[in-house]
Amino acid sequence: MAIVTGKKNRWRVWAAHAFLIALIAVTLFPLLAVISISLRPGNFATGSLIPTEISFEHWKLALGMSYMGADGKLVTPPFPVLLWLWNSIKIATISAVLIVALSTTAAYAFARLRFKYKTSYLNTMLLLEMFPRVLALVAIFAIFERLGAHFPWLGIETHLSVIVAYLGGVATHIWTIKGYFETIPQEIEENARVDGATLWQTFYRVLLPMAVPILMVVFVLAFIGTIIEYPIASILLREEPNLTLAVGSKYYLQDQKFLWGDFAAAAVLSGLPITLVFLFAQRWIVSGLTSGGVKG
Amino acid sequence: MSDAAVSPTSLSLARASAQKPTRPWLAWIAAAIAAVFALYFVFSLYVAGQTLWALGALILFGIGFAIYLTNWSAAAKYTFPGLTAIFIFIALPLLFTMQIGFTNYSSNHLLSFDRATAYLLEQTTADEASLHEFSLHRPSDSMLVAVLVNPKTNEKFKSELILNSSGTSPIPVVSTPHSLGDGLSIRERIAMRDYVQRLQFALPNGEVLSYAGLREFAKVSPVWKQNADGSLTRAEDGAVYKPNDKTGFYESEAGDRLTPGYTVNVGFANYARMVSDENFRGPFISIFLWTLTFALLSVFFVTAVGTTLAVILNWEALKGATIYRTLLFLPYAVPGFISILVFKGLFNQNFGEINTILNALFGIKPAWFADPYLAKVMLLIVNVWLGFPYIMVLCTGLIKSIPADLYEASAIAGAGPLTNFFRITLPLIIKPLAPLLVGVFAFNFNNFVLIALLTDGRPDFLNTKVPAGTNDILVSYTYRIAFKDSGSDFGLAAAISTVVFFMVAVMALLHLRMMKANQEKR
Repeated sequence: MAIVTGKKNRWRVWAAHAFLIALIAVTLFPLLAVISISLRPGNFATGSLIPTEISFEHWKLALGMSYMGADGKLVTPPFPVLLWLWNSIKIATISAVLIVALSTTAAYAFARLRFKYKTSYLNTMLLLEMFPRVLALVAIFAIFERLGAHFPWLGIETHLSVIVAYLGGVATHIWTIKGYFETIPQEIEENARVDGATLWQTFYRVLLPMAVPILMVVFVLAFIGTIIEYPIASILLREEPNLTLAVGSKYYLQDQKFLWGDFAAAAVLSGLPITLVFLFAQRWIVSGLTSGGVKG
Repeated sequence: MSDAAVSPTSLSLARASAQKPTRPWLAWIAAAIAAVFALYFVFSLYVAGQTLWALGALILFGIGFAIYLTNWSAAAKYTFPGLTAIFIFIALPLLFTMQIGFTNYSSNHLLSFDRATAYLLEQTTADEASLHEFSLHRPSDSMLVAVLVNPKTNEKFKSELILNSSGTSPIPVVSTPHSLGDGLSIRERIAMRDYVQRLQFALPNGEVLSYAGLREFAKVSPVWKQNADGSLTRAEDGAVYKPNDKTGFYESEAGDRLTPGYTVNVGFANYARMVSDENFRGPFISIFLWTLTFALLSVFFVTAVGTTLAVILNWEALKGATIYRTLLFLPYAVPGFISILVFKGLFNQNFGEINTILNALFGIKPAWFADPYLAKVMLLIVNVWLGFPYIMVLCTGLIKSIPADLYEASAIAGAGPLTNFFRITLPLIIKPLAPLLVGVFAFNFNNFVLIALLTDGRPDFLNTKVPAGTNDILVSYTYRIAFKDSGSDFGLAAAISTVVFFMVAVMALLHLRMMKANQEKR
């Protein structure tokens, strides 16, 4: 902007900087505090943000190792954090792969093929996606409770049930991939068709290799979406060894047993990788945000 | 590539069709395997008495096979898996929830009528007179011997057992004078319980003994006999219990009920409770009002903070905006379940960091979790922390699209930053922002994770029949009714969910309409 700036503006800039720095301090305080707490000895320790005495006891527990306490008693990990992390990663990876597969094929049809009621399907999907699945928890529970009575491998307390329940959340991904497909010129596929490729071959051999970036993005989005999912996992998984991180972390902070320091270490250990993945994918996520998705 | 849209010539079509059946038998084998699996799935549902579910699964599999084995529609081949997943896991649960809302499905009425009846008919009692002590012995590694001792006559019987034999006929035992010494330990017997439970022994006098406990076998007879009219008679005293399809229990004349009950349709009873039950209505209405307040205030504060930051960060005179923006985006990048729990610890009354600071500065230690109002304030603070980066990012994009000459003109007219904001920025971004704010409202209206992880709705209302929290929102309240408290009243929870569905449907339609209106203007 070619605007002449006066003296008045200079103190405004300083005020803005001060305001932003103060706000960032408030915003980042919880995140820095939790790192500091994870390094303080004991579960009830208070102290300054930079710990005066560093202890790795909470980290040992989070990594599944026991340590000898000050009173000579062996302190064992309260919860199997690494197992929960593994459960979470397993469920999220399998769900994300399946979600990518389901939404890519559907998006191909919506972007390239002509069929009846195409717009109605697309709009209905969008509308259905707006109903939070928390509202259908009773039904989801009832469905898997009944299925489990006949097929124990698909009942409550199985990871498969959670993965299967997550597969419904493909509508927004179909929209995202469809949008990307539409930016790829159709002529390349038409040429392939002319050269004798089948519909499947044009999709699999021609279009998909060009769409790898969006597939990665959708995979990351689906992965994060499922790894942080709490409601469905909390009703389908209840026994300690089956839990995911999102469900299990809660048990650190019960009123009767408040393991604040142990929680902090587990939270940093499990939250950091997810946060880094999210920041890494931020560029694409932000462009997806404007289409109306809200993260939980 | 410039010569666009060349339609396939007849030559290439011929080549394509010649190329298609590469390995048809492989596809057929795969289809056959899938069909066998599908039929097994449908059949087991049908055998289990879930006729409707079996029919639904059969239709779905039928459509699937029709799509993939014929050339009816190429598009359907690609859309079927995705649309089916959406149908089964989004649409079907919605419909199913509505249906459950009309039933008394709860922990007392968990089973269907047939399963509850079957359960009652399977109940047995042991005849005390025929009780025999039971022990297992392993004289050699490959041999397992069962010994039955009549405690009154001290008569001993024994029989060699074959492990893993699936036979259900009673195993004859022979009288033996010898004692075999110590039997297997209790732990070993527990490990073999599944096998032992299936055993039956025939005594030399013809009596058949069945499992009656870890150490006992006895003559076992069913507790209930089913009569022709569907009622049950207790074998012991001849008391008759009739199924009552209004309450979902087997009931005697005197009104005694048998557990478990079964699921029945109760019509609008769950909805009637919301409106007419005095004990229930009070907390329900305050929860509803808090849900609205919470969602509205969240949207308001999140938008206020988010837009302000977006405006400041878009100011060209400000250096280092990118660093600020990245740091301010962090709350959004941390997984919600972790940051919410971090706040739960930080707000802890006695040793949370927040109260430590407040205590040092002002000498106060607010009871964030025990006081209903402070708990609400805390929920809003945490929710703003979680939500403002989203609005900030959205607004940044919107503000960037405002033509710069508008601000130049206003600068010439001598307008200050506040005038700029209220006269130029806000009017221009509010239109595209509005539908997204409706989305944020709908999201917070159902922001279950925040409530569930931070306060669990507590502190509770005092003096309510159905436990309810002062800062529960509708969804966390239904979750509590269904999955937390002992009653597990799924029917009531589903009815409340159905009411919320309709509210969400209104918001969703509003959102879509505003989106569409914006797109048409563009």
